[in-house]
Amino acid sequence: MGRYVGTSVKRVEDPRFIQGKGRYVANIQFPDMVYVAIKRSPEAHARITRIDTSAAAAMDGVVAVFTGQDFKDGGCGSLPCGWLVPDTKVPDRPIVVTDRVCHVGDSVAVVAARTPYIAADAVEAIEVDYEPLPTVVDARGAMDEGAPLVHAEIEDNVSYHWALGDQEACDKAFAEADEVVEVELVNQRLIPTAMEPRAAAAQWDAASEEMTVWTTSQNPHPIRLLLSAFTLGIPESKLRVISPDVGGGFGSKIFHYPEEVIVPWVAREVGRPARWVATRTESQMTDSQGRDHVTVAKLAMTSDGAFTGLDVETWANQGAYLSTFAPLIPTALYITLLSGNYKMPGVFGKVHGTLTNTVPVDAYRGAGRPEAAYLVERLVDLAATRLGRDPLDLRRQNAIPKEDFPYQTPVAFLYDSGDYDRLMTTAADRADYAGMRQAQAEARAEGKLRGVGVVCCIEASGPAPSAVAGSLGSAVGFWESGEVRVHPTGQVSVFTGSHAHGQGHETTLAQVVADELGVPIESVEVVHGDTGRVNFGMGTYGSRSACVGGSALVRSAEKVRAKVLRIGAHLLEAAEEDVVYDRDTGRVHVKGSPDSGKDFGELAFAAYTAHNLPEGMEPGLDFVSFYDPANFTFPASSHICEVEVCSDTWEVRILRYVAVDDVGKVINPMIVEGQLQGGIVQGVGQALTEIGAYSDDGQLLSGTLLEYAVPRADLLPGIEVDRIETPSPHNPLGVKGAGEMGTIAATPVVANAVLDALAPLGVTHIELPLTPERIWRAVQAAGNGA
Amino acid sequence: MFPSQFDYHRAASVAEAVELLSSLPDAKLVAGGHSLIPAMKLRAAQPSALVDIGRIPGLSDVSRDGDSLVIGALATHAAVADSAAVRGGCPMLAETAAAIGDIQVRNRGTIGGSLAHADPGADYPAAMLALGAEVTAVGAGGERTIAASDFFVDILTTALADNEVITSVRVPCAAGGAYLKHRHPASSYAVVGVAACVGMDGGNVGSCAIGINGVTGKAVLADAAAAALCGGPADADRIAAAAARVGDAFDEPLGDLYASGEFRAHLAGVYTKRALALAAERAG
Repeated sequence: MGRYVGTSVKRVEDPRFIQGKGRYVANIQFPDMVYVAIKRSPEAHARITRIDTSAAAAMDGVVAVFTGQDFKDGGCGSLPCGWLVPDTKVPDRPIVVTDRVCHVGDSVAVVAARTPYIAADAVEAIEVDYEPLPTVVDARGAMDEGAPLVHAEIEDNVSYHWALGDQEACDKAFAEADEVVEVELVNQRLIPTAMEPRAAAAQWDAASEEMTVWTTSQNPHPIRLLLSAFTLGIPESKLRVISPDVGGGFGSKIFHYPEEVIVPWVAREVGRPARWVATRTESQMTDSQGRDHVTVAKLAMTSDGAFTGLDVETWANQGAYLSTFAPLIPTALYITLLSGNYKMPGVFGKVHGTLTNTVPVDAYRGAGRPEAAYLVERLVDLAATRLGRDPLDLRRQNAIPKEDFPYQTPVAFLYDSGDYDRLMTTAADRADYAGMRQAQAEARAEGKLRGVGVVCCIEASGPAPSAVAGSLGSAVGFWESGEVRVHPTGQVSVFTGSHAHGQGHETTLAQVVADELGVPIESVEVVHGDTGRVNFGMGTYGSRSACVGGSALVRSAEKVRAKVLRIGAHLLEAAEEDVVYDRDTGRVHVKGSPDSGKDFGELAFAAYTAHNLPEGMEPGLDFVSFYDPANFTFPASSHICEVEVCSDTWEVRILRYVAVDDVGKVINPMIVEGQLQGGIVQGVGQALTEIGAYSDDGQLLSGTLLEYAVPRADLLPGIEVDRIETPSPHNPLGVKGAGEMGTIAATPVVANAVLDALAPLGVTHIELPLTPERIWRAVQAAGNGA
Repeated sequence: MFPSQFDYHRAASVAEAVELLSSLPDAKLVAGGHSLIPAMKLRAAQPSALVDIGRIPGLSDVSRDGDSLVIGALATHAAVADSAAVRGGCPMLAETAAAIGDIQVRNRGTIGGSLAHADPGADYPAAMLALGAEVTAVGAGGERTIAASDFFVDILTTALADNEVITSVRVPCAAGGAYLKHRHPASSYAVVGVAACVGMDGGNVGSCAIGINGVTGKAVLADAAAAALCGGPADADRIAAAAARVGDAFDEPLGDLYASGEFRAHLAGVYTKRALALAAERAG
């Protein structure tokens, strides 16, 4: 272990954030800038019969008003989908619609004005006549015969069907099963709520024909690629995309959005810099949303509790259009995870991606994996009930033993490493699981509704081997680039294609490089989020920055070390095999004589003076690596949660929450704990409070934060976080990724705990979130009116 | 979240505020702004002018006057919650103020603004009804007092004339009171809020009043439930029987994504039971 990796170095980015010195897109300001505002559709599905922009255009301070036709005529292409499974039907998604709106919030017209107030007034002054069309909002209902079509050319509203697994083994498992448990459940729609709303700004240089776009993106380089190749048409060489400080994303800022095209297009058109910042209301109705599955599933097992088969059919709501990676989430990030942490020979899953008159659905923290974990972990609890077994015990029986790694699941993935039994026993010890069960028995004797939930969850993170991604439908690769540039003074600039929007990369990646080179962390600066400074990058999502981005930097640092070693040997007049690079100090010295050596700074300077380099060596000390991972990494977790349900208000109170996670080697324990805590709170939000809901006519019922209940600190007691480490064997850091594990495990563990609490009342299933009313109704339906 | 254009006037006195309200069409009063400004940002409210009374001197005092508390219209929720006079004379009112919104809302929002806005999920109205408070308002015709039971007319509607300004609220002191709410997980408004006042007469309940907000468009008094508790001891069975009558107070409970009318009615019973028990215990 080096000096920094494995220690809780304080986040170097925090002083600027907590002092209000962060620089966000909304801070980008130019003297003659125009403010862009967008007319949004109040209708979920309608034909536009008239747009009259004359009153808006005539308003004092309005610079220009544009309709969809202007963008079309002005060369804007439709938004593409970057992940296509076989035979995917892709509806056209114009930047601004011309004749038909398909969801509430669809963009209808655009205003550029001198102030944001004038822009908002002008938006209100635009007159639009809508002829309402029939709507469909339900993932499964979209396929019903006679359901209204979201796009006339897409039959049955089906964008794609996809299946994976061994159907024969699955059928055999059910044919031979002693016991089968079944469930039908909804994984409800969630609305990501980043603290910073989406925003875009742009400046056009008419002389050089160079465009700079600032955007709240988790991946500025792919956005530049899409802008250049599909939507805006400015060559990549003339297009700079900057993602400065970004206040949270949770996946919702991965995708290419219309506003990223609208703002630069307007800036060029009016010849002035332009900026748009989403209002919170706009965020609720235009940021890609998450989850929204309807699933029917069954689990087969022997009478002694061995799982033998899992059969899953899911209807995944994709919304009105396919967002950038939409088809990936319910296919290769969902069906592939259905084996969970368990040995099950016969796993088969199929999914129907359907289109509806709702906001597009795409990755949201966990993305497919929480949907899989919730399903599998509910089924395991139902199995435990059926068999009369303790749910922890049943999980331990079926867990993949550590000696079976690498483990090939029936659904494509090769799990890299893990020790699920130790994970569960560590969680059980930490939580005093036996004591919790004892306390539960005592509480029940007093008439209290006490429940204990336990889960064991799997995640596939660190996407992805590019060839594998390509074979599954990706239009892009999922490697990462990392450049280590040593300056003549020995200072180090690190350029990463990963993007931090809360994760603390400026700290953790500096820890990695400082240890690789043996230099003080203070001399390492991490640069990210700017296509003008970082050569390329695929960005941050899927808990990939440490395992893929970090590994790219390790490779570059190795190249730096090798060159420094050669220069050192040359200057010390020794053979290369007779000198060593001391990674604690950054010094190169003759083996066995630490005093006769050269400092890192001296050697860096020598690389640049080039007065005395080894024969044939080029000057400079700057290396780039493109790291393509050999596999995903597979973090795992076991969480235990203790709840009490109030027997008259039916509120759920979480008494204790214990999380033991295996995210591989940990670079910064404090940051990992923070990631897990935040993820857990988000998962608990799905379990208890968050309802992303539409009325049958497509109106968003949770359109403001007055209705949409983001979890708050008082929802949980202190979360007890612990960990075990099974290093990933296939990346140089041994890391697995910590961003999503908490979210994945938290939703099922809370659901399991609440349903355990309600078991004495005969309640076996309640759809999420487990609000007091839903619990009240379930209790009544089970014949226990109160 | 940009409001439409409006004019802004800062009133130096109540008389000036009344005059501005009388002369400006579609003008609205603003004090703490915690109901009006969000509505304006959503353009749900588009007043042509705001008359700011926030700096009028003398309107934020909280004091004891005999058996009553007199609370200036500009007293913030935090000021009411923290006031020694309120905590000593009418603990339930302090409890109500402390239950409003979050700390930022309590530091800005005012009692006059909350009452004038008359949101169905606001916390003060139930307490005002249960305590038998009186609202003092000044209009073009001078000053008048309005009983709380006459003040709340309908959803977001009060007995105030367009050019009337609340100046203070007079609240009778009461030891035996409790306000309990089921907080909306997103908005923090009361899904159901129950304010119960109990006065003991020897071992029996001598007086009882129950105000409920959140369930219907305006806060209501649950008279049948209150009457059912009077004349006997405040034991668990009698409290439960009284709480079972709470549904008499409302015909069609409101529903939303979080809680249907049916569930709100259920919660009203639960919280009435709890509030009555706590109020009786406090009444000694």
